[in-house]
Amino acid sequence: MKQNLTGKTLLIIGVLLVFLFGIFLGTDPAKSLAARKQGGIGAMITQNIHLGLDLRGGTHLILQVMVKDAVNANTDQAVERLKDDLAKAGVTNATVAKPDPVNAPERIAISNVPVDKQSAVRSAVEDDFAKEYDVASTDTGYSMTMKPSTERDLEHAAVTQAIETIRSRVDALGVSEPVIQEHGLGDNQILVQLPGVDDPGRVKEIIQSTAMLAIHQVLGGPYGSEQEAAQANGGSIPPDEIVLPTGGAQAEAGQFFVLKRAPAVAGNDIRDAQPGRDENQRPDVNFYLTNQGGKRFYDFTSAHIGDKLAVVLDNKVREVATINGAIRDQGQIAGGFSEQSAKDLGMMLRSGALPASIQYREERTVGPSLGRDSIRSGVTAAVVGMVAVMAFMLIYYRASGINADLALVLNLVVLLGFLGFSGATLTLPGIAGVILTIGMGVDSNVLIFERIREELRNGKAPGAAVDQGFAHAFLTIIDTHVTTIVAAFILFLFGTGPVRGFAVTLTFGLFANLFTAVFVSRVIFDAELSRRPKSISI
Amino acid sequence: MELFRNPNVDWLGKKWYFLAFSLIFSIAGVLSMLFWHHIPLSVDFRGGTDVTVRFQQQPNPDQIRHAMDAAGLHNARIQAIGRASENEVLISLDRQSSGSENQLENGKGKIIEALNNAGFSNPEVVDVAVVGAVVGKQLQHQAFWATIYSLGGMLIYLWFRFELIYGVAAVVAVFHDTLITVGAFSLTNKEISLTVIAAILTLIGYSMNDTIVIFDRIRENLKMRRRESLGDLVNTSINQTLSRTVLTSGLTFLTVLSLYLFGGEVLHGFSFALVIGILIGTYSSIAVAAPMLVAYQEYRQKSGKATTLPAGKKARA
Repeated sequence: MKQNLTGKTLLIIGVLLVFLFGIFLGTDPAKSLAARKQGGIGAMITQNIHLGLDLRGGTHLILQVMVKDAVNANTDQAVERLKDDLAKAGVTNATVAKPDPVNAPERIAISNVPVDKQSAVRSAVEDDFAKEYDVASTDTGYSMTMKPSTERDLEHAAVTQAIETIRSRVDALGVSEPVIQEHGLGDNQILVQLPGVDDPGRVKEIIQSTAMLAIHQVLGGPYGSEQEAAQANGGSIPPDEIVLPTGGAQAEAGQFFVLKRAPAVAGNDIRDAQPGRDENQRPDVNFYLTNQGGKRFYDFTSAHIGDKLAVVLDNKVREVATINGAIRDQGQIAGGFSEQSAKDLGMMLRSGALPASIQYREERTVGPSLGRDSIRSGVTAAVVGMVAVMAFMLIYYRASGINADLALVLNLVVLLGFLGFSGATLTLPGIAGVILTIGMGVDSNVLIFERIREELRNGKAPGAAVDQGFAHAFLTIIDTHVTTIVAAFILFLFGTGPVRGFAVTLTFGLFANLFTAVFVSRVIFDAELSRRPKSISI
Repeated sequence: MELFRNPNVDWLGKKWYFLAFSLIFSIAGVLSMLFWHHIPLSVDFRGGTDVTVRFQQQPNPDQIRHAMDAAGLHNARIQAIGRASENEVLISLDRQSSGSENQLENGKGKIIEALNNAGFSNPEVVDVAVVGAVVGKQLQHQAFWATIYSLGGMLIYLWFRFELIYGVAAVVAVFHDTLITVGAFSLTNKEISLTVIAAILTLIGYSMNDTIVIFDRIRENLKMRRRESLGDLVNTSINQTLSRTVLTSGLTFLTVLSLYLFGGEVLHGFSFALVIGILIGTYSSIAVAAPMLVAYQEYRQKSGKATTLPAGKKARA
């Protein structure tokens, strides 16, 4: 054993240095050194050990993506294509519509197909849609239901695209180190963390605004209420039309228009949007269409000269205008903008529309002063706890207490180093986890020391007592650590944010403890014994 | 310095006292959960809006309630929290019955507006938590299942390392600890939040630890001392590990006490759960798990089944 002592000591010193490196320099030493120049040692450390929102201050949001919107958009497009296909097949009297767009957006019904055209319709439908829809015959035609796998893919794509869109909006706002990711608990939820943002009002609006700009043909209006609009249309609104309210700082708010459900021009057709000024020098937003979008708009406006069109933003009618001539690729939304809101809208239109609308499910904001207080409380509690424990170990176990205290300090360094290397986030419960690690960590030492005392009482020589002490205690230490790690692992799976931070520091701490209590303590004892093999102070 | 030189206490003999003690506290807790304070849930689980506001001067809760009522926010709960010098007040609104997200948003905005209108100078919003009803329910489910899985995982691990009865005894002890801790929250009307659940899962791990140390010693002694009755052997095992048990609990308790005293308002529920949990967790290893092991063994003996020594070897009785 003696010959390995130097080797083992060097290993321990090596470990100490490596984890100190992790705390101060971490995985990106250049950045850490730069941070030190800017903000001192504190900034250097927080470059590697990230502070959670509850310590830094900031906002945490959970959003739900209403994926049915995306399914609706897809089936709307399918309806339009079906109409084209049917027209090409020479079928003129059939109707294509969604029987229940609100609760079953994935279903389309084709009815009134004349018997002689049935096979033509069937082959047209199956050519284009067999991959994505299940087609079934009904009395008068066909019913198409989107396949569950297609629907799932669509929903998943909606969430992914929403994340990207939100990310570009948040980046444009200049929030530092935001976190935007899918919230792991299924259900199409997104987690957004915005450090340093303690007044999230404007940011929430910008994230939530679908920025869905569309132009629809106006079929009727203005009406004073939805019921009035329905009555004017013979009692109910047919499924290929929709009633939308006015909104967005219009002078005539509170009115309703009946519009064609499928838009002439929508989201993807917009390639750019810039804030500008209208004829009265008031802020407005100019939008520019893509080639395809421009062509479609040209066809639409040529075919409907004299009719009215509505500019719809986020499902609210913003403007109604008469079509005086064909328009190819440019339009303008005016009225009711401040310079800031015109800029915001331009940015949102550029970053792309959200594929589906979003609702907030959870919002937490921690002000920076609370964050600072939390850090102060946490650190104070940790220091007091540690000093109390270290003092006790010295008094109770005399010189061996130094052994335990050294192991404890190393434990802490390894734990913090782990955090630094892994880029994990330290939260307030995480600091509590560190404090708990101190208490539970010292347990391993107590187990060993008590066993050593027992062996000494039974008459064994110090060397043998130390051997036996470690041997017997080892299994128990493994058992206790494994059960706590199981608890921490489950916490990690089920928890979010701060609770995860706690699980992470507890687990790292326990691993670090396995190393220090078993290996490091042993080496120190061996070193002591090799100098004075006849007695140990315990 | 040594506190416990060869203790020799008849732990199992005291088991009726222990049972009485546990029953009193468990029943008190359960009664409170059913009829008195129920289980106070924080905004994480019940949904709603919690706004923590820091005022320039010591605020009068009645004034605040008046301001809330004036803004149409009835049934706001108002609670002074933290140190008196910081003038912090927690204003809680339950989720409106219609439960739409916009209502929640207006709740927070309305609170701030109401305070400003009522003439409070510069109230500083320090902390906001707005939780939708759906998320609240989701979190409740998660917390529940996390606890169940934790217990299950440990049961399986103990079954693997020892024998089934050990696992069952340990899980019963831990369940007892959790019941008493949640009961304590109910009795003192403290809110259970996500971090409190984290504390409860931690104390489950801690109580298991404690129980395992004793079980390990029992198993070791079973191999060596064949002639003693199980009762005597368990007593000896507890006595042998007593020093370690008291010391570790004491030290961990020291650190947790430090957290309770200095850790600040945000961690208050968390540290309270740990303070109670560590005391009860240590107690339950001696008072619940060990007696249960012996009782099971005696039951098997009485009903004439082969006495399976808990270490898994059949005894030549």
